[in-house]
Amino acid sequence: MESSFWQTLWLTFQLAGATTLILLVLGIPLAYGLSKSQSRAKPLAEALISMPLVLPPTVLGFYLLLAFSPSSALGAWLSETAGLKLVFTFSGLVAGSVIYSLPFMVQPLQSGFENLPRHLAEASYSLGKSRWETLIKVELPNIKPALLTGIVLAFAHTVGEFGVILMIGGNIPGQTRVASIAIYDEVEAMNYGLANQYALAMVAFAFTILAAVYLINRRMLRTA
Amino acid sequence: MIRIRLKKHLHAATGPLLLQPELEAQAGEFLAVTGPSGSGKTTLLRMIAGLETAAEGSISAFGETWLDTRQGINLRVQDRNVGLVFQDYALFPNMTVAQNLHYALPKGAPEDIISELVDITELQELMGRYPARLSGGQQQRVALARALVRRPRLLLLDEPLSALDQRMRARLQNYILRLHKAFGLTTLIVSHDYQEIFKLADRVVRLDHGAISQPELPDEVALANAPDGSFLLSGEVLHIEEAGSSFLMSVLIGTNVVQVPAAIADLRGLQPGDRVEVRFEAHQAILSR
Repeated sequence: MESSFWQTLWLTFQLAGATTLILLVLGIPLAYGLSKSQSRAKPLAEALISMPLVLPPTVLGFYLLLAFSPSSALGAWLSETAGLKLVFTFSGLVAGSVIYSLPFMVQPLQSGFENLPRHLAEASYSLGKSRWETLIKVELPNIKPALLTGIVLAFAHTVGEFGVILMIGGNIPGQTRVASIAIYDEVEAMNYGLANQYALAMVAFAFTILAAVYLINRRMLRTA
Repeated sequence: MIRIRLKKHLHAATGPLLLQPELEAQAGEFLAVTGPSGSGKTTLLRMIAGLETAAEGSISAFGETWLDTRQGINLRVQDRNVGLVFQDYALFPNMTVAQNLHYALPKGAPEDIISELVDITELQELMGRYPARLSGGQQQRVALARALVRRPRLLLLDEPLSALDQRMRARLQNYILRLHKAFGLTTLIVSHDYQEIFKLADRVVRLDHGAISQPELPDEVALANAPDGSFLLSGEVLHIEEAGSSFLMSVLIGTNVVQVPAAIADLRGLQPGDRVEVRFEAHQAILSR
């Protein structure tokens, strides 16, 4: 097996892992805030977060390409202040994937928070505990199935993305060439054997991870 | 001593309602709040605890001001130090009984309060169990103990026993009384159950259409219901059957089932499980034993 095959798979998982970690940090406060919010702007925020679900990935990728490019205000500012170049780089892929997979993390977490009985948090507050302590010790531990769903969906969705990456990442081996792009590339080069290797790896990965989630979720429900 | 004067607009099931209760309780008193459902009893308790804000009003408790809308004072629920027990227990499912109790302990506070509470509520055997593996009565004992770990002076009970059967209720009432006395608590209980009110409360207030009645002794409430020698008893509808042109209703009052004839007009959407009040005309009572 070619070393570029493993390099591409490894890069794919690095991208998905980094994206998922960042999404956890962003998604928990976002979902928590939305679940407690009664603001009139809440539907607007929800619509904005869910946009990647309905937009063609190429639309998102196109605008990210414009926004990240050094000739745009944002791109110029990022490059000047942080030395960050987001077009055709790994960091750019992570940034794009975070936006693209955001609803897959936020939606399960939000419904997890919303389905918790309101009295749980209130009982904790009445015991003198802050919102922070209540979130960490009471609310998050009791939405473990939602957390797991969010993590897996965000990870798997990032592994499977294509359009956004093609627009802002291109196809640089070891930097931006992930599995889904590689399949396309190998097919274009009539290299069906290698394309099949990538495709099979993806199928096996998708099945394994989904089966694991359903098994773990079932066990969690049984012990809860 | 607790002084409460509040105003809040509610959207109850029966339409908009202006809730404006005024209430005083002496330290160490056990006060029951009763009244029809939808009259704002739970909201009153939640406003005292600090879980809901009043449009205007004031709450002072044991020399502290918890709420004064004129001066812009509104202590958070965390800072009011009330013991709060919900009807659905609200135990943390991810923690064992022992962990639920320890969670409530303020940092650095001595742990002897926990063993004292565990003794009174007889939880020793259950400390390692998760809430999902406890019966309703056991869960409510844990909830009671947990609410008192912080040594609050005010205990708020929102229909704490209504999900339990009659026997379990009687046992739990004993635990509540023991805790109330052992810790010198001031206790406010929302309850529909006259038997419970008689057993527990020193005084009763009735919340109706948003306003609160003068406090009365539990037996005064019963006597006021019977100016002409009749009895007013509350019970649960078990069964309704047609009997010719009228209906026959089986009502569970206490542990007795009583059959009450009812006209169609009296039924008005009554269903088994609803609570009703039954007035008995009793001009002559004959006792036997």
